[in-house]
Amino acid sequence: MKHWWKILAVILVLYTIIFGFLIEVPALPILHESIRNLFFHVTMWFSMIILCGVSWVYSIMFLNTGKTDHDIIASESANVGIMFGSIGILTGMIWAKFTWGAPWVNDPKLNGTAITMLIYLAYFVLRNSMDEEQKRAKVSSVYNIFAFILLIVFLYILPRMTDSLHPGNGGNGTFSDLDIDNTMRTVFYPAIIGWTLIGVWFLTLRVRIKKLSYQRETELINNNI
Amino acid sequence: MKILKSLTVLSLILISSTVSARPSEIEMADAMLENGKIYVVIAVLCTVFMGLVVYTIMIDRKLSKLEKEVNEK
Repeated sequence: MKHWWKILAVILVLYTIIFGFLIEVPALPILHESIRNLFFHVTMWFSMIILCGVSWVYSIMFLNTGKTDHDIIASESANVGIMFGSIGILTGMIWAKFTWGAPWVNDPKLNGTAITMLIYLAYFVLRNSMDEEQKRAKVSSVYNIFAFILLIVFLYILPRMTDSLHPGNGGNGTFSDLDIDNTMRTVFYPAIIGWTLIGVWFLTLRVRIKKLSYQRETELINNNI
Repeated sequence: MKILKSLTVLSLILISSTVSARPSEIEMADAMLENGKIYVVIAVLCTVFMGLVVYTIMIDRKLSKLEKEVNEK
């Protein structure tokens, strides 16, 4: 059963969808039932940061070993991470429209995510701008190491130092303060694991495709010689 | 004796009230219609998600087949 973790991912996300709507949630002004977005919007960001973290680790590993496989995992992991981040931004905009009044408010966390997204888009532009493999892998690995550090700074450090509408930032209470009897955690934590595993599944698919095309490329080059 | 009498009357009233309430409690398959029909939304979301999962599994299988072909060469 080498696919057990894929089954686990599906079960955890199904659990999230079913119990995310059914469990008791704290009744709060403004938020109302939309507090349940915690299981769907916030988990997207957790998955993104975990996948970008994986990308960061593999970039460092590539610089240590010089293995092409590590570079492939690094770039594809960042790709899936940014996919989750895009969904996070879109779902956040919907949520913000109905709670804060506008899809994009001048919030340090929102502007931070916008900058982070641009940093990672630049990573992909950088990768595509170089043809020579080893050089591309090396330069983009170094860039990726800084990109992830900037992600942490823009998403987790700067918003906490200034005023932000997000919970847990700028003196706001966190969701854990509201969730006194820990019922939301029983769905929130499995949701993080489930969505992240779905992301890892996509990651393995992308890595396998990349490896196949890489294999074909090297074969073509060898045939030409 | 008076207490016993009043108790029996009270219990009879209670029983009759539950018995008379029975007809409206006919069991129906109405779980999906209760609670503001939130179960319907859950069913739809589960279907959407499972559809995407099946699609991903199909891509996964196709890829495995392709890998096998390439490596056999």
